Amino acid sequence: MRTVLAVLVLSVTALLAAAPAHAAAEAPCVADVATGCINGTIRNSDREPAPGVSLEIAGAGTTVTVVTDAEGRWSAAVTVPGPYTVKVDPATLPEGDVLRDPSANPRTVNATLGQATGALFPLVAADGSGPTPAPGATGAPGTGNGEVGTPSNSQQDTGFSWDRLAQQTVSGLIFGILLALASVGLSLIYGTTGLSNFAHGEQVTLGGILAYVGCQLLGLPVVVSGVLAVIAGAASGWLQDAGIWHPLRRRRVGTTQQMIVTIGLSMALQYTYQFFFGGGSLRIVTTNPTTLTFGPVRVTVTSLVSVAIAALVLGAVAYFLLGTRVGRATRAVSDNPALAAASGIGVERIIRLVWVLGAALAALGGVLMGLYLNATSWSMGAALLLLMFAAVTLGGLGAAFGALVGSIVIGVVVEVANLFIPSDMRYAAALLILIVVLLVRPQGILGRAERIG
Amino acid sequence: MDWNNILTNVAGEFFAPTTAAYALAAIGLNIHFGLTGLINMGQAGFMLLGAYGFAISTIAGWPLWAAVLVAIACAAVFGLILGIPTLKLRGDYLAIVTIAAAEIVRLIGRSTALTEITGASSGLRGNDYKHTFQDSSPFGDGNFQLGPFDYSLSASNSWWVRIVGWAAVGLACLLVWLLIRSPWGRVLKGIREDEDAVRSLGKNVYSYKMQALILGGCIGAVAGIIYVLPRAVQPDSMGRPMTFFVWTILLLGGAATVFGPVLGSIIFWASLMLIKSVMRAGVPDSIMRTEQIEQFGWIVVGVTLMLLIIFRPQGILGDKKELAIDVR
Amino acid sequence: MSADQPTTVTDRRAEVAASLADVARTPGAAKPDPIVVADHVTRHFGGMTAVDVDHLEVQRGAITALIGPNGAGKTTLFNLLTGFDRPSTGEWTFDGRSLHGVAAARVARSGMVRTFQLTKALSRMTVMENMRLGAPDQPGERLVTALVPALWRPREKAITEQAEELLARFKLDTKRDDFAGSLSGGQRKLLEMARALMSSPRMLMLDEPMAGVNPALTQSLLGHIESLRDEGTTVLFVEHDMHMVRHISDWVVVMAEGRIVAEGPPETVMQDQAVVDAYLGKHHDTDLGDDSLLSDEVTEQLEAEVRAEEDTRTEETR
Repeated sequence: MRTVLAVLVLSVTALLAAAPAHAAAEAPCVADVATGCINGTIRNSDREPAPGVSLEIAGAGTTVTVVTDAEGRWSAAVTVPGPYTVKVDPATLPEGDVLRDPSANPRTVNATLGQATGALFPLVAADGSGPTPAPGATGAPGTGNGEVGTPSNSQQDTGFSWDRLAQQTVSGLIFGILLALASVGLSLIYGTTGLSNFAHGEQVTLGGILAYVGCQLLGLPVVVSGVLAVIAGAASGWLQDAGIWHPLRRRRVGTTQQMIVTIGLSMALQYTYQFFFGGGSLRIVTTNPTTLTFGPVRVTVTSLVSVAIAALVLGAVAYFLLGTRVGRATRAVSDNPALAAASGIGVERIIRLVWVLGAALAALGGVLMGLYLNATSWSMGAALLLLMFAAVTLGGLGAAFGALVGSIVIGVVVEVANLFIPSDMRYAAALLILIVVLLVRPQGILGRAERIG
Repeated sequence: MDWNNILTNVAGEFFAPTTAAYALAAIGLNIHFGLTGLINMGQAGFMLLGAYGFAISTIAGWPLWAAVLVAIACAAVFGLILGIPTLKLRGDYLAIVTIAAAEIVRLIGRSTALTEITGASSGLRGNDYKHTFQDSSPFGDGNFQLGPFDYSLSASNSWWVRIVGWAAVGLACLLVWLLIRSPWGRVLKGIREDEDAVRSLGKNVYSYKMQALILGGCIGAVAGIIYVLPRAVQPDSMGRPMTFFVWTILLLGGAATVFGPVLGSIIFWASLMLIKSVMRAGVPDSIMRTEQIEQFGWIVVGVTLMLLIIFRPQGILGDKKELAIDVR
Repeated sequence: MSADQPTTVTDRRAEVAASLADVARTPGAAKPDPIVVADHVTRHFGGMTAVDVDHLEVQRGAITALIGPNGAGKTTLFNLLTGFDRPSTGEWTFDGRSLHGVAAARVARSGMVRTFQLTKALSRMTVMENMRLGAPDQPGERLVTALVPALWRPREKAITEQAEELLARFKLDTKRDDFAGSLSGGQRKLLEMARALMSSPRMLMLDEPMAGVNPALTQSLLGHIESLRDEGTTVLFVEHDMHMVRHISDWVVVMAEGRIVAEGPPETVMQDQAVVDAYLGKHHDTDLGDDSLLSDEVTEQLEAEVRAEEDTRTEETR
């Protein structure tokens, strides 16, 4: 039940923030000791989510109306345990669909505090025919909503106060450092191969999902499954370069073409994850995180540990790049592959190493991000991808340390933006920064000016 | 397995409104990528803006023609805003910026702060904005059956939307056919090859790229209208995957050709329907659930895109000798 | 070699030489009839100064060579003058009109057309399409008029005729419908030059027109450049091939480390102490004015260096 709850919390917390006015109708339910939830998902006769369906939940002397969101999900919070009647408004059902069992509407459920209680209303086509083809709309189940949830202690309301600024800044720093794990790899790959890897987000997702598999399906301790996820991530980087990118470079396939290949790969991987793990959120760790309080700032122990690990690893990467022979060779390849090759550096070996390193870092980022956000899902990486690109662009395409700084800036912007704009627009703010940077200082930040002629 | 039903479904895809909408979107993208070499990864953003522009102005009580103009104007302004910072930069920046901008449109559209205008993540209900289009139909009410295909005459997923959709596709093809053969098209082709060379010959490259971006984007906006007429405006169904489908369609049919996008869209949707129908009928639920079949279909699309771009970047109709992708 | 040139060339050359006879042999010397006048043009890349030209005048109707060792800033100056790069400071005029801050396309439209060191033939377009693209004033290049062929067909016909004449002159008429990418390096140079002439420019800027051209075509390229001068077109070219510089140029401008260090007629400028110093280090014991030396191994060595540099550049821009 807690898993279901987490799904709900993660998928709809963003909606809560921006619309206090609609809170009564649309507040997604967060169960705690004093609150219970009634929720469910409505899918149409094609088994696609049915948004906009109105439900009435009545009981304990109150009546609330809720509407399903884009994923067809709805939820209602109750403060008194006991029986509630849930009634679907048939007029709001998707066109051509009716309830499979009209006699079960309204139906009664028993709500418990601290838990979520489900109520399901299956739909069928009104004419009794099989699923009507609705291509395109079927893209919907695969379409991530672009939000990867919010850590439990992140503030949800807009409105400014110094305490909340402190809270959001700390949240932003944490988010930024975790994001940096993924962006540094993206930047290294761009630097050494010139490839904008749109499938890098899926490397992040891979880490998160493998950690979920280790913890939840195999029952391993979180540390063990995290380490295994990182190792598997590194292996996937090796495999990818050996199986796809190295042959493509040998075929002299242009980077633009390769970029489109990464897009195809990203699409294939996303739906593969969805194929095996479904469209919902996956909780890596199901126990509630312990929260520490420092003045106005609350952080969970998990995120503190995550940041410590991330900082250590990033430090190690920095040492690798600056202090070791191979690292210096990597930077040389980044600067000028031809020159590096001429000075006896095995460029292909370095690139292979960068893929392994980049994928491993992304997997680690995925594990820690999944812990920090309380859950992972098939679309976590895809939602983070553009933030990574924003970070990498901000710091200078191909510059590993730039990516680190860029990530932290983006992280802080995303979280602090919460104070000023509706929180479901905060990613938009980060992407807007990306565009503004390109507008204001394209050459300075994006690296070398091209020589003409 | 009911082959009759399956083949009817597949044949229905040949002229479905969605197929027309995607063909139109791919024609727009063809002007960007095929003709000019611009890597626009935000075509879904143009479509979504077109859909919002049309639906919101219709809901506000504007007549059909004005709503269509609003949709096109939204796309034009969007193209202008995107083009100003990026058209002077290298190709991959345009890709990153367009994909980010399309996400911004979607994130803003689905934001609860705009619920009253855009309907947030649940979007706008089809019935709220379909009436002006349906009223413009000369066919009146009722259904019409042609062979195995039975659709309503004017309402929602109708013959009317099919006729208008494919007429728009035909017009867009004519436009591209004229442009590809004109000196204007020649300048775009030159830009695709080497923009500095074209610049050295006294052509304002920036202005041509901007024209191409806006023109293709406006066609994308019309595609967005066609796409939402038989359904609802839902920001989350018009995100990145939609752009990637349009790309797959364009590369499948052949970039820089007139009919490539149309052929690509028909093949794309028909084969997807075939794969999914056959699997639905032939694979038991215990092996693959319905939604897994859905996802399997998209995995196939992703892999197809990869294989196409590697092994046949010119697509079905394209000419290998002048394939559109920069081979540098 | 000059023996087989038509006499008019010699006459015209003598005429230009006469007009430049009184010009001081100093950097930044004033010319009797300058078409380009540049002042205080600088370009910094980071901390490095690539170009720092105090004053430069280019004589109308003459062939001016811009030479100098690698990294002297020749191509950068070229890019600045033609609007392909923005200067850090500076002003210049072309035919009395200021071109400072003018975009490359407008520079070309105003009559100053350039070519590139690494040829930019549009390889997946035919030779004829390449030529047509060079023509100005085609109404069909505007989006709206493009849709009505009747509005641009007449102009297209005129353009095609002009292109055919030029192609015949450059001996490319047999390649009319071939993809430009299928041409040899030298033919591409010719095509690029012919394409630039489609707009009948008043000034032609050639960036290393001889780089990568096989010797069989060299003579015809030189002939074309000289005949341009005879028709009154001003030519400014960057070149490493000292043969060519000596052979066809009327005036030589020498750059080193971003500055103009010497100017003068080709016969005398090579002996200038500043020029020798400019090339000093690698070839300090070489008399650069001596053809016998330059035509042999030294030239080859210089060219090899240039090629090596080009390769690195090409890599960099990727």
